[in-house]
Amino acid sequence: MKLGEWQMAGNLGAADEAGAGRPLAIEAPLAIEARGLVKRFDGFTAVDGVDISVPEGAIYGILGPNGAGKTTTLRMLLGIIDPDEGVRRVLGHDRPHEISHAIGYLPEERGLYPAMKTYEAIGFLGALRGLPLAEGEKRGKELLEEHGLGYAIERQIRQLSKGMAQQVQLLGTLVHEPRLVVFDEPFSGLDALNQGRLEKMIREQAAKGTTVIFSTHVIAHAERLCDEVAIIAGGKVPFAGPVDVARDRIRPQVRLETRATEGAWRKALPADARHEGNFWLFSLPESGIEPLLRALIEGEAGILSLSIERAGLHDAFVAIAGEAAARALEEGNGEEAR
Amino acid sequence: MTGRLSTLAAAFVIARRDFTAILFSRSFFFFLLGPLFPILVGGLAGGIGQEVKNNAARPELGVAMSAADAKALLAARQRLEPQLGSAIPELVVVKETRPGEAFDAAAAMQDRRVNLAAVVTGSLEKPLLSGPKERIAAWRGPVAVLAAEAQRAGGTDYPAVDLAPVKLATTADEARSRMVTAQLGQTVLFLLTMLLAGMVLSNLVEEKGNKIIEVLAAAIPMDAVFLGKLFAMLAVSFVGITVWAGVGGAVWLGAGGSLGQFPAPAVGWPLFFILGVAYFAMSYLLLGSLFLAIGSLAATVREVQTLSMPVTMLQLVNFFFASWAMARPGSAAELAAMIVPFSSPFAMLARAAQSEALLPHVLALAWQAVCVVVFVRVGATLFRRWVMKSGPAQSAGKGPWQRLGARLFSRRAVR
Repeated sequence: MKLGEWQMAGNLGAADEAGAGRPLAIEAPLAIEARGLVKRFDGFTAVDGVDISVPEGAIYGILGPNGAGKTTTLRMLLGIIDPDEGVRRVLGHDRPHEISHAIGYLPEERGLYPAMKTYEAIGFLGALRGLPLAEGEKRGKELLEEHGLGYAIERQIRQLSKGMAQQVQLLGTLVHEPRLVVFDEPFSGLDALNQGRLEKMIREQAAKGTTVIFSTHVIAHAERLCDEVAIIAGGKVPFAGPVDVARDRIRPQVRLETRATEGAWRKALPADARHEGNFWLFSLPESGIEPLLRALIEGEAGILSLSIERAGLHDAFVAIAGEAAARALEEGNGEEAR
Repeated sequence: MTGRLSTLAAAFVIARRDFTAILFSRSFFFFLLGPLFPILVGGLAGGIGQEVKNNAARPELGVAMSAADAKALLAARQRLEPQLGSAIPELVVVKETRPGEAFDAAAAMQDRRVNLAAVVTGSLEKPLLSGPKERIAAWRGPVAVLAAEAQRAGGTDYPAVDLAPVKLATTADEARSRMVTAQLGQTVLFLLTMLLAGMVLSNLVEEKGNKIIEVLAAAIPMDAVFLGKLFAMLAVSFVGITVWAGVGGAVWLGAGGSLGQFPAPAVGWPLFFILGVAYFAMSYLLLGSLFLAIGSLAATVREVQTLSMPVTMLQLVNFFFASWAMARPGSAAELAAMIVPFSSPFAMLARAAQSEALLPHVLALAWQAVCVVVFVRVGATLFRRWVMKSGPAQSAGKGPWQRLGARLFSRRAVR
């Protein structure tokens, strides 16, 4: 299917299904659309049919365990490498380099020229994106001052700590005021203080209307920041959509405390119920909580406390990525058996 | 927000950064000093050799005569030296003998404190030359002339002879002379090209080490990165060549040298220099783009050395091929050397030294430019395909050749 047909059809699989009810996903134009991206290296399939739709102005997380295919997906979206199969569209362009002046990218493996001064490095990164060098260096000095690094303006990159160099590269990623910013594992290597600063910076960018995409394997950042996420596991995307929808993928957890420990009411508990301390823990039954409550009351269980907790993104991620990994394993075994 | 960069503008951003970074680096300083070391070593070795030659190859003629005869002989030598130069031997008075005193010439020649090749005894009227057979045979005439002059005691005025050098070169001589110029041009071209191509390769590997390459690849097309790097190094080399030529030329001219001492190329010196610069640029761009493609295969400097060695050898073969073909003007070999992209600049520069025709140079430069564009594009494509990959290291533990094989022969579905 070509990209145009796909847009006409309006069915984006998991992404659309999950995106229902999120005004941002439905109304906002897409900053990135990708369909069926495949990338193989030396016979190994690193990315296997990835679909992603990122609404403009969103903070979008790409979550996945190490080696899941996050970096390869981002590289294909940015045009650093071409997909073996599939189509991509970035800010309305089929060839990402055509719009690279509107994109900022911070790769996972940070790198700057060690002999450059900090403001020169920022200026150079801006120049790569079409900003005149002098203007970039001027803005670089301003950005360094704004972010409390004014004292390091004249320092060479080689004289900075790893965290500081990372901050300088981050400023270089933003110096040309891009419409789309892509960060690959931006939080790795940062201390808690700088992680907080980065989260703040990401929110500021989004508030200005910039689309922010970042990959991470630390779910807490995505949960705090993201409007939508794509979960990648084994080169596939088993889920893409709003964070709330991801959480709803796994049933809320029920925590029940009863006076009685034995009785006929025990038969009403779901099969996955387990007893930990004084509590019974189990997933909310599909039939809802009312039939269970009725059975507990009629069976004189003596309810002391009962709470229903919504699943966190971390639980959802483990469940979704785990399922996908298990499915991939099964598929692999099946092929082997054939 | 900013505007989109064209490929050339993007290449300029890379070239500007690389040019300034290299120009103000220590490695450029050593690059500039590069030619000084062979010159210094050569000069030193030459100086020592000359000293040894002076001491060993210019034996002296000992004089053992009466004081008056010895003095007259020395004076005669002084008078004749402007006319005969090195044809007459150096004289050293080893003993002023009394009348009738015998002198042991053999013993004097065996004395290691002096360097006597022969000894003249007796009198001016009847000199006796003692020494090895070949030496005395060679010095028989000069000694007779010296003795006769000594007896005349300076009565003769030698007329000054004016000199009028005439250059009479045959066609064969001229062709042979131009061959020397052609060979010199080819050698300089080859050495410079290899030096710079190696530098551009090291530069790329260094960037892979710095992890900057992904930032560049994300922002601009890889073609622009390659072009920028190639032209930056070319510009650096022009600065280097200008400095070397300036300093070398000043020293040469200061020492009284001139281009006239070299056989003039067929197209004339100015055009030969222009063509030399053009062919140097093309030769470097061709080899540099190939080396950049090699850089895409190599992960470490050691791997670069392993992979670039065969290319260096191959380039050496190209150089020898062009040199060999140069001696066969108009042959199929010369035509082949002019067409094969890597030998073409060498062959064409040699042709500029040997033939006046200019059209072949226009065609050759156009052909070489096309090859540069193709090589840069292929190199950039290979780089993007082979370098920018992540995930499990499928080839970890393999050597560069095994990796190359795996990459070339693996099944790929490219859109």
